[in-house]
Amino acid sequence: MIELLYFAWVRERIGRDGERLALPDGVGTAAQLLDWLERRGPHYAAALAERDRLRIAVNQAFAPLDAPVKPGDEVAIFPPVTGG
Amino acid sequence: MIEVRVQREDFDPGAEIERLHAGRDDVGAVASFVGLVRGGAIAAMTLEHYPGMTERQLRRVADAAAARWPLEGLIVVHRFGRLAVGERIVLVAVAASHRAAAFEACAFLMDWLKTQAPFWKREETRDGSRWVEAKAADDAAAARWLEE
Repeated sequence: MIELLYFAWVRERIGRDGERLALPDGVGTAAQLLDWLERRGPHYAAALAERDRLRIAVNQAFAPLDAPVKPGDEVAIFPPVTGG
Repeated sequence: MIEVRVQREDFDPGAEIERLHAGRDDVGAVASFVGLVRGGAIAAMTLEHYPGMTERQLRRVADAAAARWPLEGLIVVHRFGRLAVGERIVLVAVAASHRAAAFEACAFLMDWLKTQAPFWKREETRDGSRWVEAKAADDAAAARWLEE
């Protein structure tokens, strides 16, 4: 299982703030995870279409799209941050 | 003292600064920055964050400042939730022996937390609400500390 978290407009477009999913075979990177999630339905596709507007964190640290993901990881998907 | 807090409630900048130097004779300078909700087009904003990662990232930025400058203490407080115009959002306060380190570390902390801490602002305007877009200028402000 993988723990997914969504924030800001990614959360709004998907319609939930997170979920636990079984990682399918062949999904080994953050980019592959996004490809797979995008095919789960129109809400996911709307949230994940613009890859250059998305940021990823794996286990609470920023990670590039080619970062490995594995069962047990916490993966967060969100827009560029706007704090301060 | 390196202290990082993420909280819904307001903070007292004077009290936080006082804690950095009370009872000490080695602090010669405290520099601080307070970020506020600016009015004009917006009436309020809501700050969302990633509990856990936020604290971790603020701590990392704070540790980086402490490694780079000779500091006697620093406090970062960042609020989340709905904030009206005029409310405080963030405090960075830095104590050092001399002012240059305090000023520089304070600016570094603000520039870096803006790009490294997972917060997202949603602004409320008369026409509805919208997520604030990240600014290239903020990335540039953070990057300038890598060039020196």
